[in-house]
Amino acid sequence: MTNAIEAEGLVKVYPARRGSTEVRALDGVDLQVPQGTVLGLLGPNGAGKTTTVRILTTLLRPDAGRATVAGYDVVTQSNEVRASIGLSGQYAAVDENLTGWENLYMFGRLYGMPKADAKMRANELLEQFTLADAGGRTIKTYSGGMRRRLDLAAALIGKPNLLFLDEPTTGLDPRSRLGMWDVIRGLVREGTTLLLTTQYLEEADELADTIAVVDTGKIIAQGTADELKAQVGGERIEVVVRDRAMLPAARELLGSAAAGEVEFDEHTRRLTAASTGGAQQLVAIVQAMGDAGIEIDDITLRRPTLDDVFLTLTGHHTADETVEENV
Amino acid sequence: MSVQQSGAVSDAMVITWRNLKRIPRIPELAIFAILQSIMFVLLFAFVFGGAIPLPGGGDYKEFLMPGIFAQTIAFASATTAIGMTDDMGKGLIDRFRSLPMSRSAVLSGRTVADTIYQAGILVVLMLAGLVVGWRVHNGLAEFLLAVALLLGFAHVMAWLGIWIGLSVPNTETAQQLTFVTIFPLTFISNVFVPPASLPAILQPIAEWNPVSTLTAATRELFGNPNPYVGDGIPGQYPILVTLAWMVVFLVIFAPLAIRKYRNTSR
Ligand SMILES: Nc1ncnc2c1ncn2[C@@H]1O[C@H](COP(=O)(O)OP(=O)(O)OP(=O)(O)O)[C@@H](O)[C@H]1O
Ligand SMILES: [Mg+2]
Repeated sequence: MTNAIEAEGLVKVYPARRGSTEVRALDGVDLQVPQGTVLGLLGPNGAGKTTTVRILTTLLRPDAGRATVAGYDVVTQSNEVRASIGLSGQYAAVDENLTGWENLYMFGRLYGMPKADAKMRANELLEQFTLADAGGRTIKTYSGGMRRRLDLAAALIGKPNLLFLDEPTTGLDPRSRLGMWDVIRGLVREGTTLLLTTQYLEEADELADTIAVVDTGKIIAQGTADELKAQVGGERIEVVVRDRAMLPAARELLGSAAAGEVEFDEHTRRLTAASTGGAQQLVAIVQAMGDAGIEIDDITLRRPTLDDVFLTLTGHHTADETVEENV
Repeated sequence: MSVQQSGAVSDAMVITWRNLKRIPRIPELAIFAILQSIMFVLLFAFVFGGAIPLPGGGDYKEFLMPGIFAQTIAFASATTAIGMTDDMGKGLIDRFRSLPMSRSAVLSGRTVADTIYQAGILVVLMLAGLVVGWRVHNGLAEFLLAVALLLGFAHVMAWLGIWIGLSVPNTETAQQLTFVTIFPLTFISNVFVPPASLPAILQPIAEWNPVSTLTAATRELFGNPNPYVGDGIPGQYPILVTLAWMVVFLVIFAPLAIRKYRNTSR
């Protein structure tokens, strides 16, 4: 299998500006994405996901390292790269004052399609993305989810075999997110090679064959979702105790019932540990806590989040503590 | 590279189409551009006009209108600059740059569209001029040449606008910057008052100012009063000097704009 995307030692330094020092956004990124597979680039805010995507899609020049996309060098053969890819950036980039149809028609024409083909393709894509009814309205009147879909449609104008999606579901409500996942899965089924960035482990898990975890400009782990989860330790049990004084007791109890380290936060009275026995174990822990006289405000079984991955891989939390699993 | 060349014209036409489509969707922009100019017409024709006697006794409104046209056209750079920063901020420029299209088309398409837009505004202003008493006294050929000069100047100002638009961080700055550069240019000129009434150090500026030469050129071509003809080259050959200004602006700002565009976030 040949690699659709290959990057070696990518470095990008944003020069210092007034009021800020220089930022080493990428610090030696290596990536290989075999033809027909999906790579999920997983990382918190500011990790360097967008910078990576912008370099691979020829919008930004790397300061060091090299990359080929569809076999073409992103710096010296940028025209060829652009003819081979579709890009949907982090923020929907469509013309607010044109209608959905006009946007797609325009991008089709700019892709080099004759008028008739561009018209047909615009209709086809509106249909495919269930935007046919809204196709005659200006984008200003679209919801965030509709904009996102139209932006993705625009990326597909030239039927690219190679697609870059930068946080395609950030800001979408749970239903729109599931809809977007379906669309993306459909594309992948047809053989599209995909590089997608996300802040959600669950999303990478759902869509990607391989996940690369990126932090402060470096790939800190890479593997299949299962490999990564094995490292992180599957589901988590999270307990919030009523009385702060009970924290040490609860910690001890949880430590003996669950696997590995128990992490706890004095302030929120929250304890977290890797689960080994699913719901059954949860019930047992509730029981045991009750027996020990530890009052519980909340207890849940949840999938590991990006934050858990980070804690396991780096020993520190993501810089952004508010990352939440919201599906 | 050859693919890029052959598509440049058709890509530019698509971009022009896109920019023209937007105009009726944001009518406020055109309406305020026109209102601003009409406000100047009313202010100077009816409020200050009586206090400014023209040597030789021409009609002040006929004297004023070509200056208003030139002033409006000079402000065309603001429209372009704001549009360009807006496209940058909304990520559209990135999208264009990710397509296998001609890169110059994004700029040339916009300058063409903005020139057509200014032509529309010019038509409205000419009609307004006719209402307040402005008249054309020369033949069709002179009239068309005057219009061509105005639109040529609009096109050149659009290139200046692109360069400004790509050089500033946001639309507010684009607006402010064009405002503070273009406004003095239109006032240190022959548009509203006799240049001789300006302080001595400003007089050469008023004389060579492209807004002045464009105004003088169109006054002559429309057959409107042009009482302040200096002895210098700009006074004697306003049409040629205006053309020269257009070439100079184009040669400076078009390459600057294109280079800026190529280097944008690369
Ligand atoms: N144009 C720029 N100028 C200066 N610094 C920048 C610029 N773009 C990004 N950075 C910095 O580079 C780093 C990486 O940014 P990048 O946008 O690639 O992160 P990201 O992983 O996409 O984050 P997010 O999840 O917030 O989109 C950040 O520290 C950011 O502040
Ligand atoms: Mg990003």
